[in-house]
Amino acid sequence: MPVLARWIETAGIPTVVVTMMPAVAEERRAPRIVGVEFPFGHAFGMPGDKTMQRRVLEVALQVLAGSTAFGTRVDVDIEWPVPLRDAYKAWQPKEASPIVRKLLASQRPTS
Amino acid sequence: MIVDSYRFLPRSFRPMYEGRGPFPGEEAPVWAPFEKRLAAARIALLTSAGLFVRSTQPSFDLEREQNNPEWGDPSWRSIPANADAAEIGVAHLHINDEDIKADPEIALPARLLDHLVAEGMVGSATAEHLSVMGYQDRSLDGWRQETLPELVAKLRDQQADGLILAPA
Repeated sequence: MPVLARWIETAGIPTVVVTMMPAVAEERRAPRIVGVEFPFGHAFGMPGDKTMQRRVLEVALQVLAGSTAFGTRVDVDIEWPVPLRDAYKAWQPKEASPIVRKLLASQRPTS
Repeated sequence: MIVDSYRFLPRSFRPMYEGRGPFPGEEAPVWAPFEKRLAAARIALLTSAGLFVRSTQPSFDLEREQNNPEWGDPSWRSIPANADAAEIGVAHLHINDEDIKADPEIALPARLLDHLVAEGMVGSATAEHLSVMGYQDRSLDGWRQETLPELVAKLRDQQADGLILAPA
């Protein structure tokens, strides 16, 4: 996603990436970054929580429109309102993804 | 407050992301200035959650990914800004999609953006937003060669002044 932002920015359209992994977006050299400490699949927050979603979208708009330099990063100070252990389980797919299944199979002892 | 980028990531996945640096050839800063006032600008959204309109569009190709786990569908979909939430499908094998199905705004906040337009904070929203499926890091060629030119053409066609991208 950060690299897609870079390519679109290169085509002349300003971009901002809203991401759970802002450190990775920095490493991948995204031009503008908004960090959220949310589980994967929840870039703008909790389902149905319009207040939380609005806070994230407003920060994204401000960073998009008001940043003055490449690499600007602003983290949104919202704590995920679900205990970590539950949230960590909840975001993951019910069935392991194909690549995870393949990796697990390759690590399984054969004897 | 500094976000912990690895808070929700399984520990064994962390080395796949941390300290990897930029992709080759993607080191230099890139910058397009945002020149208008936000209240006069047109904004587009892009999600990589694999959203599609169930009644009119095919899903992303999950069957091929099941058969070839190294591959991810590089195609894209146009999501009308006024699409009914019940019409939005989700194609992504790497997340639990229940919350996005319940409220697609957490991936693509099109209605919320329209609301900010109505309030006057944002000038306008594009009539269509964009959807891709993440999981492309193993090969960016599909995105670069086919999807990117089409996305840029769509954004230009809709006169987008800025784009908000959000991964799943």
